[in-house]
Amino acid sequence: MDAKVEPQRQVMRLRGRSYVAFVFSPFMPIMNWLEEIDATLAQSPGFFAGRPIVLDLAAVELSSHGVAHLVSSLETRGIRVLGLEGIEPDGLDPKLPPVLSGGRGCVVEQVEPKKVEVQPPPPAPSLLLRSPVRSGQRIVYTEGDVTVLGSVGSGAEIVAGGSIHVYGTLRGRAMAGINGNSDARIYCQKIEAELLAIDGYYQTAEDIGETLRRQPAQAWLDGDVLRITPLN
Amino acid sequence: MAKVLVVTSGKGGVGKTTSTAALGAALAQRGEKVVVVDFDVGLRNLDLIMGAERRVVFDLINVAQGVAKLSQALIRDKRLESLWLLPASQTRDKDALTDEGVRDIIADLRTKFDWIICDSPAGIERGATLAMRYADEAVVVTNPEVSSVRDADRIIGMLDSKTVKAEQGEQIKKHVLITRYDTSRAARGEMLNIDDILEILAVPLLGIIPESQDVLKASNVGSPVTLNNAGSQPARAYIDAARRLSGETVDMVVPTEQRRGFMDRLLGRRAA
Ligand SMILES: Nc1ncnc2c1ncn2[C@@H]1O[C@H](COP(=O)(O)OP(=O)(O)OP(=O)(O)O)[C@@H](O)[C@H]1O
Ligand SMILES: [Mg+2]
Repeated sequence: MDAKVEPQRQVMRLRGRSYVAFVFSPFMPIMNWLEEIDATLAQSPGFFAGRPIVLDLAAVELSSHGVAHLVSSLETRGIRVLGLEGIEPDGLDPKLPPVLSGGRGCVVEQVEPKKVEVQPPPPAPSLLLRSPVRSGQRIVYTEGDVTVLGSVGSGAEIVAGGSIHVYGTLRGRAMAGINGNSDARIYCQKIEAELLAIDGYYQTAEDIGETLRRQPAQAWLDGDVLRITPLN
Repeated sequence: MAKVLVVTSGKGGVGKTTSTAALGAALAQRGEKVVVVDFDVGLRNLDLIMGAERRVVFDLINVAQGVAKLSQALIRDKRLESLWLLPASQTRDKDALTDEGVRDIIADLRTKFDWIICDSPAGIERGATLAMRYADEAVVVTNPEVSSVRDADRIIGMLDSKTVKAEQGEQIKKHVLITRYDTSRAARGEMLNIDDILEILAVPLLGIIPESQDVLKASNVGSPVTLNNAGSQPARAYIDAARRLSGETVDMVVPTEQRRGFMDRLLGRRAA
């Protein structure tokens, strides 16, 4: 019944990131295919620099040795392979990049390496809770902000991809920016939290200064330091 | 219309069984037809507090399993004719009780009584969830102490999510009953104060029952305290709580150490 003080570190530090990887699909004969790669590189050197590359081997039949040879031929051209696809992992040299699964296709619009396109972020979705969050309840909303019209009880937990707003007393745990959003913040009308975390950086009740307790407060990330400051 | 009331707490030993018996008897004294139902299968207690332990033949599980009829298991109180007990089994374990079994018994009791008061076992497991499952209202019992209040908060969360009412999108009506309120320790500031408890739980207050020898005396003779010594402090607090349950507005009194201060009012706080 009593909520145990479980170390939450591993959970919090384990974060996901997604990158768009180029997928190379070599064809037979491999020599011709490598020539095409060379032609692309001759036109724009550094085209693949810093890009994750995945090799899709579904269209070719290669021995474990052949795969190793192909990977090293690409390496000599400055192309490092992040993972393999379309091949059974058994019997492959363990030094080879891992066999991946679950990738999804997408359109790569901007491949020029230098140009960084700034897109306005889509409006963040949010979750509104109209009643207090009670001890033992765990609200997980990775899509965006969580707003609570009421208190968050001791032993309750809120996990949000975005910021957390508590219009009441925050007595439990609040973890904001769980997907690596370091701009996320935690706001509450009265702070008595057991744990506050943003993007994996956390402080426990012991770290929260006595002068702040029971005051309106916010928590935010200043570099990699979690700061808790009064809200007025 | 019949009302199903669960007396629950999360934490053990806070006074659920004492409160079930006292509130049940107080409501019955007001002329309501009341049955108190012991859901603490395997650790039954309510029959002792009600002084009916030597009259138990069939129990809740026998009825749930169709071995006995409800009318065979119900025990009428010897002092109050509108007060009945449906005892639990001391020998079975909690798994013997099924959701359907409880549903059917509660539905049957609704046709026969004004109040069906379910004495929940401690904890948050099956026994406790079954006791609250078909309730319309809940009395959440807590002592003025941190762990008890936190468990009460947890139970309130379950009342708002695991009951049939909650699943149908309705609100189950909740009341907080603060028991074992020790006036001398309160005077020394050794307990959580009432405002803090109510702020944490955000549920209306049904009553404050003082810590009192009268409760022990009553349970030793197998009588709800409201019957055994109706003029005692805890009995009066329970009688007031029962009046609030039936919808009356009764001023709240905070028990204090000296008899003279007993009627001190908790200003501005209205009953549930
Ligand atoms: N107001 C009170 N003053 C003094 N003693 C009390 C008071 N209320 C309850 N007690 C005592 O506390 C003990 C536990 O009470 P009770 O059995 O009613 O709790 P419970 O919540 O039903 O326990 P369980 O969780 O084991 O079912 C009993 O010995 C009872 O006499
Ligand atoms: Mg009990």
